[in-house]
Amino acid sequence: MRAIRVVAVNVFRESVRDRVPYNLVVFAVLLIASSYLIGQLTAGQDVKIIKDLGLAATSIFGLFIAIFIGIGLVSKEVERRSIYGLLSKPVSRAQFIAGKYAGLVLTLAVNVSVMAMAFYVILAYMVWTEPPTIRAGWDAPGMDPALLKAVFLIFIELMLVTAVALFFSTFSTPILSAVMTFGLYVAGHFNADLKNFEKVVSSKAAAQLARAAYHVLPDLSAFDVKTQVVHGLPVAPGYLVTTAAYGLMYVAALLLVSTFIFSRRDFK
Amino acid sequence: MIVLAVAAFAAAVWLQMTRDRWYPREDAEREQILYVRSGAALQRMTLSFDALASDIYWIRAIQNYGGDRLSGPKAQTKYQLLFPLLDLTTTLDPYFNIAYRFGAIFLSEAYPGGPGRPDQSIALLQKAITVMPQKWQYYHDVGFVYYWRMRDYQTAATWFQRAATQPNAPNWLAPLAASMLVQSNDRARARFLWQQIAKSEEPWLRGNAERALLQLQALDEIDQLEAVIHRFPPAAGERYSWNDLMRRRILIREPTDPVGTAYVIDPVTGGVRVSEQSLLFPMPEEPRRLAQ
Repeated sequence: MRAIRVVAVNVFRESVRDRVPYNLVVFAVLLIASSYLIGQLTAGQDVKIIKDLGLAATSIFGLFIAIFIGIGLVSKEVERRSIYGLLSKPVSRAQFIAGKYAGLVLTLAVNVSVMAMAFYVILAYMVWTEPPTIRAGWDAPGMDPALLKAVFLIFIELMLVTAVALFFSTFSTPILSAVMTFGLYVAGHFNADLKNFEKVVSSKAAAQLARAAYHVLPDLSAFDVKTQVVHGLPVAPGYLVTTAAYGLMYVAALLLVSTFIFSRRDFK
Repeated sequence: MIVLAVAAFAAAVWLQMTRDRWYPREDAEREQILYVRSGAALQRMTLSFDALASDIYWIRAIQNYGGDRLSGPKAQTKYQLLFPLLDLTTTLDPYFNIAYRFGAIFLSEAYPGGPGRPDQSIALLQKAITVMPQKWQYYHDVGFVYYWRMRDYQTAATWFQRAATQPNAPNWLAPLAASMLVQSNDRARARFLWQQIAKSEEPWLRGNAERALLQLQALDEIDQLEAVIHRFPPAAGERYSWNDLMRRRILIREPTDPVGTAYVIDPVTGGVRVSEQSLLFPMPEEPRRLAQ
């Protein structure tokens, strides 16, 4: 456990050295600037749009961090040949993978938390500046705690994307890993279409293949509840729990496969 | 180095401004283009960012509407993109309440204030009803479009009745529907309906309703003025004019509409109308006069 923690903390420190937290500044500036500009452009829909923008930005910034750091987690160590030094220490390959993953998830957790805080500060400002008559017309309260449900599922989705990037990183080059991770991210969002493929094809085999792909590919569209929370629509706690559990199980599966592949790699 | 960079950037900006001055680009005349018209395709292309994409289309819709309203009389291109933009907005975010209500009011507005397409208003509202069948406001808005724009009072009453049966519907809807079945076409009902819309939290919806209420006030004033004018006709061979009425001390000054623009009098018939320069122009199709 200690070995995992040491590797994870090192990944976190490295991401700070790589100026990853700068994205938080960009996020804050983006939200502050848009909260002013959008008010001039949107005929009274500024809070709805700030909520959409804040959640989308949290997701996009996190996605870039997950992909562009995730793909280098293992391959960079191999390229720099620092892997030899690392593996000569009392760190098993499984601990190495788990530590790398935990470090990046910690980076993401800090990022998402700070972004969520900045998001609420902007919303608090908007609530404070709008008169009660305008606020009465909003679909949901300005500082609706339900927004955290969307943030929570975005975080689980980012954990899953990080696991995918790490998985590709164990056997492929960074560029190829980035392409494949992004491809899987896109495919994951189309995944729900595969579920009912039998309605559009007559071949039973093709339909079964599509159904199998639906289960094998990560079902990323399930993590998107942004529209519901922005409009104050209910998101059942059971849905949150089962979706999060699905994400965590998928992460576990990917980490196990990554460990398996990595443990069989020959670095001689 | 930094100074050089700033100087280079300043030079680039100066060159851009000079070029724009020497070779002006006709940005305003550029053809309005909508690259993707399928909401379903856009929904897929935007992955999980469909709500953000809907915000972009919403901003485009109101910019497009505002731009078209302020532009000159370009009958061919005016408001052509309003419905497709609102349709895309509401496909990407089916719960975008304001986009539906904005469409209901402005798609049905007569040209040149809008495209004069109540059919598109109703199509958009029916799309809203399929997503949120329990929102009484959409049924009310359909009824309003039938009442105010299409003058189909029977259908309007049916929609007001349907609105009245939805959860949290206000208690004035049922009597309104009932009275509309008996006597539909009068200004009192129109005023009452616009007063309900004027209570909206949306400033643009309120603004539109307030303008409509002023138009109704202008219609009442025109009735009163015409009654006076026909009671005191000009001498034989003379033409109707405000000056004549003021000279005879029937009026103390030239009458103005509720936004302060002088009314226009027809020199032959003595009919009164709102000036084309008035903010209230064009006036709505005449609902039946009050208290006849």
